[in-house]
Amino acid sequence: MQSVFTGPVFVVGDNIDTDQIIPAQYLTLVPTIPDEYEKLGGYAMAGLPDSLYPIRFVAEGKLDSEYPIVVGGRNFGCGSSREHAPIALGSANARIVVAESFARIFFRNSVATGELYPCECLDRLCEILKTGEVVTVDLDACNVSVRATGKVYRFKSLGEVRPVVDAGGLFNYARKNKMIAAQA
Amino acid sequence: MTLTEKILARAAGKSGVQAGENVWVNADILMTHDVCGPGTIGVFKREFGPQARVWDPDKVVIIPDHYIFTADSKSNRNVDILRDFVREQSLPYFYDVIDKPSGRWVFDSSKGMLKRQYGSNYAGVCHTALPQKGHTRPGEILFGTDSHTCMAGAFNEFATGIGNTDAGFVMGTGKLLLKVPETMHFHLEGKLQKGVMAKDVILHCIGEIGFDGATYRAMQFDGPGVAGLSMDDRMTIANMAIEAGGKNGIFEFDAQTQAFVDHRCKLNGTKSAYEPVEPDKSQKFVCELVVDLTKLEPTVACHPDPGRRALAKALGHIKLDRAYIGSCTGGKTGDFLDFARVLLGKRVVIDTFGVPATPEIVHDLQTARWGDKTVWEILVDAGVQMTENASCAACLGGPVDTFGRMNTPLKCISATNRNFPGRMGHKESQVFLASPATVAASALTGRITDPRELLS
Repeated sequence: MQSVFTGPVFVVGDNIDTDQIIPAQYLTLVPTIPDEYEKLGGYAMAGLPDSLYPIRFVAEGKLDSEYPIVVGGRNFGCGSSREHAPIALGSANARIVVAESFARIFFRNSVATGELYPCECLDRLCEILKTGEVVTVDLDACNVSVRATGKVYRFKSLGEVRPVVDAGGLFNYARKNKMIAAQA
Repeated sequence: MTLTEKILARAAGKSGVQAGENVWVNADILMTHDVCGPGTIGVFKREFGPQARVWDPDKVVIIPDHYIFTADSKSNRNVDILRDFVREQSLPYFYDVIDKPSGRWVFDSSKGMLKRQYGSNYAGVCHTALPQKGHTRPGEILFGTDSHTCMAGAFNEFATGIGNTDAGFVMGTGKLLLKVPETMHFHLEGKLQKGVMAKDVILHCIGEIGFDGATYRAMQFDGPGVAGLSMDDRMTIANMAIEAGGKNGIFEFDAQTQAFVDHRCKLNGTKSAYEPVEPDKSQKFVCELVVDLTKLEPTVACHPDPGRRALAKALGHIKLDRAYIGSCTGGKTGDFLDFARVLLGKRVVIDTFGVPATPEIVHDLQTARWGDKTVWEILVDAGVQMTENASCAACLGGPVDTFGRMNTPLKCISATNRNFPGRMGHKESQVFLASPATVAASALTGRITDPRELLS
């Protein structure tokens, strides 16, 4: 299981709600239909106001992002219960969100779908890092190291959430641990 | 134990639970709609197999309500996916847009946005439809694939929003693993003054604790002030627990709750037995706030989040392009009556849209008479664009042809529940949340206006 992720970060501020992560007009796409799952990735973070975020998370016309790691501030993923939000980020090839805090349903949906590792970091990385800076996230060591400065920032252990995301989400985890019957 | 702890303990088959504990609870109702239903069904079939049956057909309630009156073909298709699943599973509680069980839903935009285009079973916005159709009962556990599911906490039940994967799990097993939340206590005293509404109460509370102040927590509302709040009022307040990050909002059970629930269960022939939870003498709260309703004033949450609290009277300098009344939290009959009281005999000066939450509310407004006119006529005469097509509409933006959606960067005052960037459409638009009375007063002046200026 991959536990070390290196790549450029996409940095956003506080209170990034699910409408900014995946605008409501794209919720017509059904995540369990494979080509619609792919399309959701193309709209990930499309709701960020251009005036505040001139760099797009996913380049125009693409389905995947160049940024495997998203860095946010406080209350990341607040707002609606739409599972399309972690799915859009995951479909765009993001694997990790490091934020100061998460809204409850987004955190849970990230884990249940197995799309994202939601890492809570007490440092305000959203003020320390700039979009495009390269970092390494080590899930075992629970830290983020910044390539340019060599500085290392710790995040809270994912605890019992980690093996659920590792397994690919709630159902795979529950089956692996014989909590539910093998797949029909 | 707090009200939330008592319900969770009961649903987990335990004599007691503590905040922070993880427990498996049995669901009483699982609700889903057209936006998250197809994905939930997809998860259910993928994980439990193509021949799988839902755990209990009487406990799954399916309410198309979000993207209904739009020519967007995927949105229309999503309603059809729900209908196909309901037929396959023989689910009794499906509030379809059309009457024909084998039909396909196609919105006809040539008929315009205002005249009704739904059949006799359609129920409108899920959170408002659930209690009207007799699916909210004290002491129960309600899961819904929508964050505003917490509105049903008004009926003394535990109600919370979940994602498609969790909902797929509940659909197959009837259970879900939950962390018992800590409870925040909001003790309501006094009585709301003229021009002040339930929306002002919850905007005040969110302003007090910050809009992530209830993250992972339950918000319990009780005290002598609750008796003066109607069920519509309590729904408005519980609805917006999520706007403070709350897991659920919950009210005590009283005679009003009982009268409402008993009437609705009887009317619809739904399960009538229930067991409310009463407060224990000793309850452990993570914090306690006293809210004196008498002192509250018309309140606004400014762009861009529901915690940006200000008093309406201090925002008169903010000019508006648009006013909107509708949604689960602000499109109920009581909301429209208070809205109409301010507008009576006057005329709006900015584009003003009215979207009742359910067909029953449309009927209420078209039959309630004030003098020689119905309330509906009074609103239309005041210049409000009233649609009979009850739905979530522009509260969450939706497809670009959605009624009332902001397709340019406008400023709107709205009786809805959320105002993050882009919530009602264009991502550079701005939304100010307020009570129906404040929305009405502002529609008459074109700037944010305290309704008490206009109510003599």
